[in-house]
Amino acid sequence: MATHVNIERRRQAIYGWLLLSPAAILLTAFAFYPSMATLWTSLFSRGTRRKASEFVGTGNYADLFADPTFWKVATNNLIYAGATIPISIAIALGMALWANSRIPARGFVRTAYFTPTVLPMIAAANLWLFFYTPGLGVLDQIGALFGLPSVNWLGQPETALWAVIIVTIWKEAGFFMIFYLAALQTIPEDLKEAADIEGASRFTYTRRIVLPLLMPTTLFIMVNALINSVKLIDHLFILTKGGPNDASKLILYYVWEMAFAFFDAPQAAAMTILILLVLGIVAGVKFTILDKRTHYQ
Amino acid sequence: MSEAFVEVQTVAKRWNGQLGVEQVSLSIPRGAFVALLGPSGCGKSTTLRLLSGLELPDEGRIMIDGRDVTTAAPSERNLSMVFQSYALFPHLSVAENVVFGLKVRKVKAAERREKLHRALEITGLLGYEARKPGELSGGQRQRVALARAIVANQPLCLMDEPLSNLDAKLRASVRKDIKKLQVDLGITVIYVTHDQTEAMSMADMVVLMKDGRIQQTGAPEDLYYRSANTFVAEFVGAPPMALLEGAAIPGYESASTIGLRAESLHLAEPGKGRLTCRVSECEFLGSETFVGLTHPAATGLTISMPGLRNIPAGEELEIDFADDDLHFFDAGGNRMRHPNGATV
Repeated sequence: MATHVNIERRRQAIYGWLLLSPAAILLTAFAFYPSMATLWTSLFSRGTRRKASEFVGTGNYADLFADPTFWKVATNNLIYAGATIPISIAIALGMALWANSRIPARGFVRTAYFTPTVLPMIAAANLWLFFYTPGLGVLDQIGALFGLPSVNWLGQPETALWAVIIVTIWKEAGFFMIFYLAALQTIPEDLKEAADIEGASRFTYTRRIVLPLLMPTTLFIMVNALINSVKLIDHLFILTKGGPNDASKLILYYVWEMAFAFFDAPQAAAMTILILLVLGIVAGVKFTILDKRTHYQ
Repeated sequence: MSEAFVEVQTVAKRWNGQLGVEQVSLSIPRGAFVALLGPSGCGKSTTLRLLSGLELPDEGRIMIDGRDVTTAAPSERNLSMVFQSYALFPHLSVAENVVFGLKVRKVKAAERREKLHRALEITGLLGYEARKPGELSGGQRQRVALARAIVANQPLCLMDEPLSNLDAKLRASVRKDIKKLQVDLGITVIYVTHDQTEAMSMADMVVLMKDGRIQQTGAPEDLYYRSANTFVAEFVGAPPMALLEGAAIPGYESASTIGLRAESLHLAEPGKGRLTCRVSECEFLGSETFVGLTHPAATGLTISMPGLRNIPAGEELEIDFADDDLHFFDAGGNRMRHPNGATV
């Protein structure tokens, strides 16, 4: 009897580990190990032919904090995140509410909103080059109709970052709209009817019923938008290359530059660790504080 | 009771030319409990939604409390509604759900608290204020929906199959609660159901519908004892009325169809009955047994016998009935006068 129970227990344990192992192996190989390796690398100096790499502790981090470009890039990324996250979410929500109502050509509207999402970022950036190019670009052409002077949107420090931000919002909003649209369809029709009977206006209904019920989706989208605000840099390669004068340079682009243009892997590793740290903290805050105030069905 | 509180005049609603409801006219006195009864797809829910203003009629007029509300918004009609699914706001607590409408109507906080307390007291929900609908049982959710409907003291309450999501036992008790609530508050209730037991037991007035048209309007006993047509006869009552070909009973050949209720039938000595039937099944209900009978000229023939009976299927039985208990219908299925001159 006892041996049978033991065999059964062991069988269950093996079964459990078998189920766990694919995820464990993949995550270890492609997420945990690289993160640890990056952390390790960031603690050593850059090895050159004359001077071998040696342990410097937090030296790379100290260098980074003393680097004005790092602060410039970090500030850029904060502005980038601060603009793209709320604006793309607001636009996505507006589009979803609109595309979910009874409008003519609803299918067409939804497809049109979703189109930017299916384009690769590089293609989208090329597309926007046609808008932004001074003289030839659509924006300048329209401006010229009203007698406005030509503006080099991507070429001047004041506008370059915002030009990049607009491309990102355009790209993201349609994607987020799909999530909102799906969530809106799970809200039963009779809630609207119950609110109608009580005399709630469309605005009140949206604010008191729809938005709270969309909170789980909003939370999910916020985390995604946050990740994207660090991750989405493809369009920089086409549009500005971080210029002019680092005005539109984002942190991941700087990491790439550091590692593959300046060949300073330890500095790049240190910066990567900082990004991971900040993202981890923000995600933690979101899931602990906002989650408590969110209703899940 | 003299003047109608809710007046519906020849209302029609069609979708893409398809039938919704047609020629619906109702006159409902103040304080009445009206049941809209019928099989699914008969237009009873549509009628309720037309009354609520969630749908607008294509033809006809709707008056509530002397006011023409045919095209008025739902909130302008001074009514409340209980939905089949309850339509509770899942992220709001019981208290917030109940006072939602009061808040929308900008009722002051003190008055809101007072009304909330009263509504929860009446529905027995005190102590559940902070719960979310997801943390309540089906019956409790149903009571929250009721509390939300009565909190604003609207004179008219529409209910769309409010008991259909409850189990049978709970349904019977909530049925009584709703009826008591309606009497105590003196409100007018219009209640949609497909369950004739519900309609007959609760309502002062039953409106039986089929295919978008009203078949009969009247007190439950009118529908039961004076069914307007064969549809009503077969829909109302458990078991439903049995229908016989007129030719099956000597002397009444002029009637196309003759109806007979189970309780009017009784067993006869062999050779002395008016019809000879075969037993098809026995349905034991405790105090009585319904014995299903087959006869070549009849459908739905059932006889009610006291206590437990176990008659083997196929056995021959003779049944008898009084002439006064017969219902007569013409070729169109409509009720007709007694073929031999006397009125029924």
